[in-house]
Amino acid sequence: MTKSELIAELAAANPHLLGRDVELIVQTIFSEISAALARGDRVELRGFGAFTVKKRDARTGRNPRTGEMVAVDEKVVPFFKAGKELRERVNGGVEPGED
Amino acid sequence: MSTVTRASLAEHIYSQVGLSRNESADLLEHVLERVAKELEGGNTVKISGFGTFSVRQKGRRTGRNPKTGVEVPILPRSVLVFRPSQLLRARVNGRQVEGIEDEGE
Repeated sequence: MTKSELIAELAAANPHLLGRDVELIVQTIFSEISAALARGDRVELRGFGAFTVKKRDARTGRNPRTGEMVAVDEKVVPFFKAGKELRERVNGGVEPGED
Repeated sequence: MSTVTRASLAEHIYSQVGLSRNESADLLEHVLERVAKELEGGNTVKISGFGTFSVRQKGRRTGRNPKTGVEVPILPRSVLVFRPSQLLRARVNGRQVEGIEDEGE
């Protein structure tokens, strides 16, 4: 499913809303999560999951094609950890690791 | 570092779109539930400019209880993975990257 399909479905399920408002709602959700991560904040949506940023130290990498050494600067990467409920739903209703 | 929750996302919808607070919260829930349902069905959800959620199958492997050293089988399972888009990766590092404004859908 893509963002535009999500918007289309949401619009169909909410005929009282304008299409452009539905689009704005979906855009707002993901852009606010992005903005929070850009500030270094954490986004916690119980049952769904949590978005955070993780710091990665500077390292010396290699160009895989040429084998040349390249300096990779310190950076932060976005990270998502699924919440318990979603983790179970994705795994057919059981917590991964349980019998 | 502060934490953004459903309440603050719903508040943004409320102020951006002009729906009631209740309806803003309902729609946020609706979006999250729709994404969850898609993933539950094993499908991928691709949000351009944000990232891709997908379900990956992991095979059976033997693990070890780190405390006791006893071997325990780890059963095959499905796990959720999120791959952030180039745009989001750049944003969290305070970079503006041209040419990846939006990724194809």
